[in-house]
Amino acid sequence: MSENTTAASLAAAVRGGDRSAVEVVEECLAAIDAGDRALHAFLTVTAEAARAAAAEIDQRVAAGDDPGPLAGVPVALKDNMCTRGVATTCGSRILEGWCPPYDATVVERLAAAGAIVVGKTNLDEFAMGSSTENSAFGPSRNPRDTSRVPGGSSGGSAAAVAAGFVPLALGSDTGGSIRQPAALCGVVGMKPTYGRVSRSGLVAFASSLDQIGPLTATVADAALLFEVIAGHDPLDSTSIPEPVPEVGAHLDDGVEGLRVGLVTELLGEGIAPDVAVRTRAAADALEEAGAKVEEVAVPAAVYGLSAYYLIAPAEASSNLARFDGVRYGLRVDAPTTQEMMVATRTKGFGPEVKRRIMLGTYALSAGYYDAYYGKAQRVRTLIADDFAAAYERVDVLLAPTSPTTAFPLGDKTADPMAMYMNDVCTIPSSLSGDPAVSVPFGTGDDGLPVGVQVMAPALAEIDLFRAAAALEASAPR
Amino acid sequence: MSAMSDRISRSEVAHVARLARLELTEDELDTFTDQLAAVLDHAADVEALDVAGVAPMTHPYPLRNVLRPDIPTATVDPDEVLAAAPAVEDRRFRVPPILGEAP
Repeated sequence: MSENTTAASLAAAVRGGDRSAVEVVEECLAAIDAGDRALHAFLTVTAEAARAAAAEIDQRVAAGDDPGPLAGVPVALKDNMCTRGVATTCGSRILEGWCPPYDATVVERLAAAGAIVVGKTNLDEFAMGSSTENSAFGPSRNPRDTSRVPGGSSGGSAAAVAAGFVPLALGSDTGGSIRQPAALCGVVGMKPTYGRVSRSGLVAFASSLDQIGPLTATVADAALLFEVIAGHDPLDSTSIPEPVPEVGAHLDDGVEGLRVGLVTELLGEGIAPDVAVRTRAAADALEEAGAKVEEVAVPAAVYGLSAYYLIAPAEASSNLARFDGVRYGLRVDAPTTQEMMVATRTKGFGPEVKRRIMLGTYALSAGYYDAYYGKAQRVRTLIADDFAAAYERVDVLLAPTSPTTAFPLGDKTADPMAMYMNDVCTIPSSLSGDPAVSVPFGTGDDGLPVGVQVMAPALAEIDLFRAAAALEASAPR
Repeated sequence: MSAMSDRISRSEVAHVARLARLELTEDELDTFTDQLAAVLDHAADVEALDVAGVAPMTHPYPLRNVLRPDIPTATVDPDEVLAAAPAVEDRRFRVPPILGEAP
C-alpha cells in the first residue's frame, strides 16, 4: 500500500478538501469490482449507501465541518457485525437475508468518525474456523496466492485489506480470528484487550473471548482505527470503563529499554522452522532497536488449545441456541415447534458449527461438566497466571502468529483437529483476555507472508503498539 | 466404521445431537463420532492435569454487577424486529403448535 492510500493520509486529504470522499469511495468500489471475483472477500458490497455517505461527508467538508478522524475512509466489516437494514449473514444459511434492526456500536463509532462502510466480508460460519472454508457462501482466497486460504475466520477482511480494496477492515477474534488471517495475508491484525471494544451488535460466538479489532495495511492505521472503535459502551456489560489509550501518539516512541520476552513454548514443536526463524529474526530486530530481549516461559500455554476447544464450543452451544427459526432468519416449516426447530437448525447450520455445538453441549452435559468444561476453566486460570508471571519480567511477549504460512485450499477441511492446530499460538492470549497484534515480518521459504505476534498485559495497548511499530519499521522488504 | 477412541460413543453423539436440536444422518453420526473423539483425545492433556485448588476463570476482566439507572430508554423498534421474523400474527412471533394437535 503506497503512502497516499493509508487511512491516515486519505482522511487528511478529505478533511483538508484536497480529495473528495466520493472520489475515494468510487476508486475503492472500482477496485472491488475489478478484483473481488477472484478473491471473494466480500459477501455484500453496499455501493449505493457508500456513495450517499461519501457525498454527505463532502458536503460537510464544504460547509466547514470536520467529519472526523476517518473522514471519507472506506472500511469493510466482517459479516458478523450488525448493520441496520443491511444483510448480516455470519456466513451462515440460517441468517441468509436477515437484516438487523440496529447497528453494532462499532458501526456507529465508525460513522461518527466519518468512515464509509463499503461492504460486509466473508468469514467462516459464525466465525468458527481458520480458513474461511466454513463459509456457507464459499471460501475467500489469499491475494498473495489465490490457491491458498486467506486464513480465518476474518479471512474476507484480511483479504480485502491485502488486495488493497480498502485501507481498513474490522474483524473479530475469539481464538485468533483477526491475527491469523492477518499473518497469512501479510497485513496487520490486532485483538484489543477483552472488553476494550464493545461487543454490542457483534453476533456472539464465545462471549468470554469474542473481541472486535482492526485489520489494516499499516500499524499506524491499526492504531487510528483502534482509537475510533475502543472505549466504554453501556450497551455491553463486559465493556471496560477505562479511557482509551492514545496509542497513535506513542508509535514513534521506539523500544529503547522495552523488555521483550520470546515465548519458549511457542517456538518448538508444531511451529514450521521458517516461521520460527522469522520470529527469532524479529526478536533480533527489536534488540537492535534497543529492546532487551530474553526467552520467557509460559508453561501452561501448551494446554491452551485443549482448553479453548472445550470453552469456546461450550459458550457457542449456548449462544447458538437462539437460532431456532422463531424470531429471525431461516425457518423450515414442520407440524410442531420442536420439529420446526430441529429442521431449521439441521438445514441452516453447516458441519463445523454443528460439530462445535455438539462438542460444547457434550462438554457441558451432566457427568462431563467437571471433567471437561470445569477443568478447562481452571486451566484458563493457570494460563492467565503464567502470563501474569511472565509480565513481571517483561513488558511484551513475542511469538509466531500462525504455526505455518498460508496453506492450500482443501488441505485441512477433512481433519478438524489439524485445522484447530492453526490457532495454537493465538489462543493463549485469547484465554487470558490480553491484547495482541500480528505484524508482517518477511516471508517463509515458500515466499508467503509470515506474521509475528506481539502480546501485552491487559490494557497495555501503548506498549503493544510501540513494539508493533518497531517491528514494522525493521521488517524485511 | 471404527471410532478413533472409546472416548465418546455413537449413541452419546446421537444423544447430544438430540439435546442440541440437530438431526444427523447415519453417515454424519459416524463422522462426527470420530471427529469429536479426536478433539476429546487431544483434551486428555487438560483432563489429566491436577488443578485442585485452582479457581475457575469465567471471564478475563473482573467486572461485577454492572447496572444502569432504572430509567426507561428507547430501544429497537418492535415493528422493525417483527419485520425480520419468519412468521408474525397480531404483532407476535407465530410458531407451529407446541403440543401436537392445535385445539
